[in-house]
Amino acid sequence: MFGVLMITLLLTVLLVGSNMDIILKQGISYQVRAEITESPTIAKSFATVEEFDQFVQEQIDQRMKALGLDTPWYSPQRIGFTMYKILILDFGNATFLTSDSGSSNVGDILLEKIPRTVLLFTTATIIISIIGIFLGALAGSKVGSIVDRITSAFAVISSSFPVWWVGMLMIFMFAFTYHIFPARATPTILPTEPDYILALLYHMTLPLITIVMIGFGTWAYLVRNFMVGTLQEDFITAKKAIGINKKKIIYKHALKNAAPPIITILALSLSGSLGGAIITEAVFDWPGMGRLYFEAISVMDLPIIIGATYVLTVLFLISIFVADLLYGYFDPRVKTE
Amino acid sequence: MSAVSSSEIWQEFAKSKVGLVGIGILASLIILSAVAVITIPIDTFKQWNNPGKWISYPKTSVPIWINYFMTEKIPEHLILDNPSAITKDDIISLTSHQFGVQYYYDDFPSDFIYEFSVEYSGSQLLQISVIRPDQSQILLLSRSLPHSDTNIIHHERIFSTDNTIKKNIQIHFSEMGFYNQSTSSEDMIFANKDGQVLKGDYLFLLNIYGVEEKVKIIDSRLILGGKAFGMMGTDELRRDLAVGLLWGTPLALFIGISVAVGSVTAGLIYGVYAGFKGKKTDEAMMRFNDVIYALPALPFLIILAVTISNSIFLLVGFLMIFSWVGIAKVSRSMALQIKTRQYVEASQMMGQKNSKIIFKHIIPQLLPYAFASIAISVPAAITTEAGISFLGLGDPTFPTWGQILHDAFTYGAAARGMWWWIAPPGIMIAITGLAFVFIGNALDAIVNPKLKK
Repeated sequence: MFGVLMITLLLTVLLVGSNMDIILKQGISYQVRAEITESPTIAKSFATVEEFDQFVQEQIDQRMKALGLDTPWYSPQRIGFTMYKILILDFGNATFLTSDSGSSNVGDILLEKIPRTVLLFTTATIIISIIGIFLGALAGSKVGSIVDRITSAFAVISSSFPVWWVGMLMIFMFAFTYHIFPARATPTILPTEPDYILALLYHMTLPLITIVMIGFGTWAYLVRNFMVGTLQEDFITAKKAIGINKKKIIYKHALKNAAPPIITILALSLSGSLGGAIITEAVFDWPGMGRLYFEAISVMDLPIIIGATYVLTVLFLISIFVADLLYGYFDPRVKTE
Repeated sequence: MSAVSSSEIWQEFAKSKVGLVGIGILASLIILSAVAVITIPIDTFKQWNNPGKWISYPKTSVPIWINYFMTEKIPEHLILDNPSAITKDDIISLTSHQFGVQYYYDDFPSDFIYEFSVEYSGSQLLQISVIRPDQSQILLLSRSLPHSDTNIIHHERIFSTDNTIKKNIQIHFSEMGFYNQSTSSEDMIFANKDGQVLKGDYLFLLNIYGVEEKVKIIDSRLILGGKAFGMMGTDELRRDLAVGLLWGTPLALFIGISVAVGSVTAGLIYGVYAGFKGKKTDEAMMRFNDVIYALPALPFLIILAVTISNSIFLLVGFLMIFSWVGIAKVSRSMALQIKTRQYVEASQMMGQKNSKIIFKHIIPQLLPYAFASIAISVPAAITTEAGISFLGLGDPTFPTWGQILHDAFTYGAAARGMWWWIAPPGIMIAITGLAFVFIGNALDAIVNPKLKK
């Protein structure tokens, strides 16, 4: 698992490395020139333009050597160094973007954005999974019934709509045609004011409804399919024959047996939700991880791209690990193997 | 599962209503793409981002069919380019173009533009006049074209805001006694005494008089500005959305199908090979699979699009990188089962080549599953591409549905109530997705009979 993490990190560094190099080099030559223009005495001490240019070039080369930029960006030392720094969670400073409080430390920025994404997307994922599990169990227990057909049809139809497009339609309907919810999801009042939480919840409603609406169908469909499989097993028939309450069979016995795959999906989608949805956050103007990612990519703010990718991958791998452990707990057959 | 033969699949498939609906939608989409490719020249869609191409189209106008639902008819944007031409050769020659307009809308046109190019020599006089439904004739403009001794081609656009036109209208309507200073020229022309729209047939006359008869009008069209245009309306940049939507169909199908076929084929072969080889090869290949699986797909796609290239063909390749993983896992486990069958062991014993065993004995068994996965993975590819385009990172030379939505979002279509700009591209994405989901589900139910009960 650690290997997977390292390879992911290496790929990210490799992808953005050459750009990072160019930006750093430009930064240095800009810095040197700025320092020289600030102190006119240096410029005056040269007789010819060539001499002056040579001096500037020397200065630039010196600094590049000091920072280790003279070796190409793909040299093993430099990549190794970058990866080592990331491993000890030192992401450095962002090039352009800052957090709301003005800090440009990547760690600070990430810590500021993650709670917001958790607030919206993780809440949505939890709501989706609860609705999905119960609806799916209901539909799975009555295959071919109206509930089952509606759930399946809804799942199929909702899964083919892009969430962000539905978001645009929702904004169009509820923000501009009927003026019920605000169009921008960022609250207009400052976090220090007492009504801030209410305002935040109010602004959160529209994106939350949209995400839940599009998401729960697929969940219900998945759970339904697991349930259909489980309900055909012999022990369920046996329990029915004994005369145990049907509801009890469905929610206690069948659902528990269908739990392992459901838990795996839940763990993965919870960790996936931490990354936010880049496009959905762009549509609703929600200031979370997804938007941070997009902004960072559009201005090529590389420390943030690398840091965010790293954090997300770590979380994803942790959740795979946790899901594996839980799988073993709910399905002891896996453990004994 | 593996016992299903291909003819059985077709029989089963024909029974599934959902599957047939899916095939039906897909067929109509293919017909639509064929229509797009045949009727709309490739030039048009290459000019998608060239504002000059769309100059004679109206800005943000609603689709024309909206008039069927409205009690007040919204004026259509009319581009009249085949006038009836009359020529008289006398001492004074006359070349006349006549544009008939049936104006039955409940609002005034926003403007009118006469655009022409004429080949002549000597001095020519251009006169524009209009005959209104009440039979009154208004002289709008009388202007001499620039003098030239040699044969030249003169190109000009005359706008309704022209001062001469305004003056002539003032003269005409002051005589009739209902001139209103603040009303624009086009409103006066189409108004009755009470300032309402005068409905009826209008005739615009464009006469060119000259003493020498060598006058040839090469191009001549009258544009009557309106607020409704085409089947799908137009956007902020005056582009005809019908063209964009039509051309989006073959592009979406191309992206979806090529990504799905490519990634399923790659995943299938990869998985089967890993499963068949087993041991260390299997272990190594599956670890590599895990790495790709753990990569956050959309962020990586965005990084790739930004740093490498946003060409549509490369994007297809990038999408493939991230979508073969799941298929590889499943086909590996299937290959592990099939590997232990006796006929595979027998052919191994007989010294068949590994490649032959894989392609002849194992992969054919997995084909039904592969087809189902191809159909199921098409919608994801289409929505992902649309998402990348929506972020403005798509290929700018091809107008995909995602890009239309991107433009809609940047120009604030939602805030301005321009539903015809937002809704159709999304609906097209959804319909295309649905077609493949339907087909996929029908196939899936055949391949995994357990789900059906």
